[in-house]
Amino acid sequence: MTYPPEIVAEAVVGGLLTGSVYALVALGLTLVYGVLHIINFAHGALLTCAMFAVWALVTFTGISPYTAIIPLAVVFFAVGYVLQRYLIGPASHGDDSNILLVTLGLSIAIENALLATFHADTRNLDGDFGFQVVEIGPMLISRPKLIGFAASLIVAGLLWLLLKRTDTGRAIRAVAKEKLGARLMGIEVGHIFGITFGLGCACLAVAACLLMPSFYVNPRVGNAFVLVAFTIVVLGGMGSVPGALLGGLFIGVVESLGGLLLGDSLGQLGIFIIFILVLLFRPTGLFGARA
Amino acid sequence: MKRSEWLFLVALLAALALVPLLASNLVINFLVTALIVALAALGWNILGGLGGQISFGHAAFFGTGAYVTELLQLRLGANAWAAAVAGIAAGALVGLAIGAAVFRARLRGSYFALVTLAFAEVLRILANALDVTGGASGLLLPLQPGAAHFQFDQRSVFAWIGIACVGAVLLLTRHMMNSRFGAHLAAVRENEDAARALGVDILATKLRAITLSAAITAAAGVFYVQYFLYLDANIGYGTWISIEALLAAIIGGVGTMAGPLIGALALHGLGELTRGFAGSITGIDLVIFGLLLVAAIAFAPAGIVGAWKRYVGGRRNA
Repeated sequence: MTYPPEIVAEAVVGGLLTGSVYALVALGLTLVYGVLHIINFAHGALLTCAMFAVWALVTFTGISPYTAIIPLAVVFFAVGYVLQRYLIGPASHGDDSNILLVTLGLSIAIENALLATFHADTRNLDGDFGFQVVEIGPMLISRPKLIGFAASLIVAGLLWLLLKRTDTGRAIRAVAKEKLGARLMGIEVGHIFGITFGLGCACLAVAACLLMPSFYVNPRVGNAFVLVAFTIVVLGGMGSVPGALLGGLFIGVVESLGGLLLGDSLGQLGIFIIFILVLLFRPTGLFGARA
Repeated sequence: MKRSEWLFLVALLAALALVPLLASNLVINFLVTALIVALAALGWNILGGLGGQISFGHAAFFGTGAYVTELLQLRLGANAWAAAVAGIAAGALVGLAIGAAVFRARLRGSYFALVTLAFAEVLRILANALDVTGGASGLLLPLQPGAAHFQFDQRSVFAWIGIACVGAVLLLTRHMMNSRFGAHLAAVRENEDAARALGVDILATKLRAITLSAAITAAAGVFYVQYFLYLDANIGYGTWISIEALLAAIIGGVGTMAGPLIGALALHGLGELTRGFAGSITGIDLVIFGLLLVAAIAFAPAGIVGAWKRYVGGRRNA
């Protein structure tokens, strides 16, 4: 069965746009992995949390989801810092598999606390976001998705600049490379861990603001993102910012084309199979990652 | 294992066996569900506790056991007991296959956890989409009470079979822990490189562990489907059973023999209590479970069993 080229093109473009927001979610994850060398299993639940925060802010105060970006990013940065510094760090005694289990426990607690508060209903933002489209050539592109794409690229660029050009960024990279050496140079490792985790959560807050106009939220929505984000992270190479960006765009296209060819229920299959294959055969990732 | 612990376990199982004689159907139902989770957790503990390979995807084995048992009866008219044996064997085979792929690629730690989760999700999506597994509407096993069909009018019979299964697996675990294989597995858990240097075949040890672990968890799946007579992708391959098996084993006492059983009973007891207090608020019990997991890792790494031993040891020394 063949599809007309404009439908395929539209699927590819749609996939790229969705993929850019996936990339933003994955960016937070890969940052935490690259520095703390831990897998934050609560990433999906924290994203769900951020999406509910956007929904509540927009619904009850009437501000635009794009205005919410800055305040929410600040709040989530603080939440992430506190979580890592005062809960995840102390509770896991510095052991990797403990961190995995602690974040799993957190994700179960957060997800079900949201379920208890908001019930299982699916919620959207009110307004006409769904009908806003931009015509590009023969294609109709959703405007919120286009904004999401541009904003994701900007945030990824800012993050990259922060890591490369600021003192905090240098400290983060130093801790990622050599924890003990960084400590000896007077860097407070616990503080940097907290900052990194906070930045990861701030990425989630931005992603949530960009997602909500074209997506929905329910207490389990993070689950759909978390394995996708992990796939992107391993695909791009754990800890690599450009890798996460490329990986995100690639996975977005795979999902979109998979959905077109196989239908929605099987479309996700491609992502998991890529995840398994990459981990089995190229655990260092595909895009320019160093072992 | 000390004699007093062994006596305690026998007494616990005997006490559980008395419950169906005295209690209402509701309580027996609670007991059977807890026993199913205990069985799955005992399986998880072989790989995750004794072998140190933490899996997030034991649903892959639970679901395979359940689906194979049900499908053989529904589609081929197989005898229920034969189907149950086939279900357990199929679960073990899936364990062996996943293990062969994953351990050969030397994935461990967090990578192992994530890849097992991905395997379970692949199976869930397939079972949800394919016609042979009934798709999203699931499969109903027709009610045919009778010992020949592995179905019983009396819930208490299920409870006793469950207790017998748990007892058998506990014996098996003890035998395993005292065997050469058990020693190899402990060596792999504590330090893989050192174990390799001492001549332990790492791959073979891990493969045996995951196969055995998968078989036991598959048995829990078989038991589930014979008891509830209904199965869909989110039950069989859903994350709930992966998580509950892990929670029960870790909160009960990871790597200990009795931990998974005690953990399953404690968690389900606590779940009933919170539901009793908090009424119809869905999810509140799982909030507590999640926080308990964090607390267990932070304060009681050897779970309830470890904390108890420390308490008793402290009193004896005082």
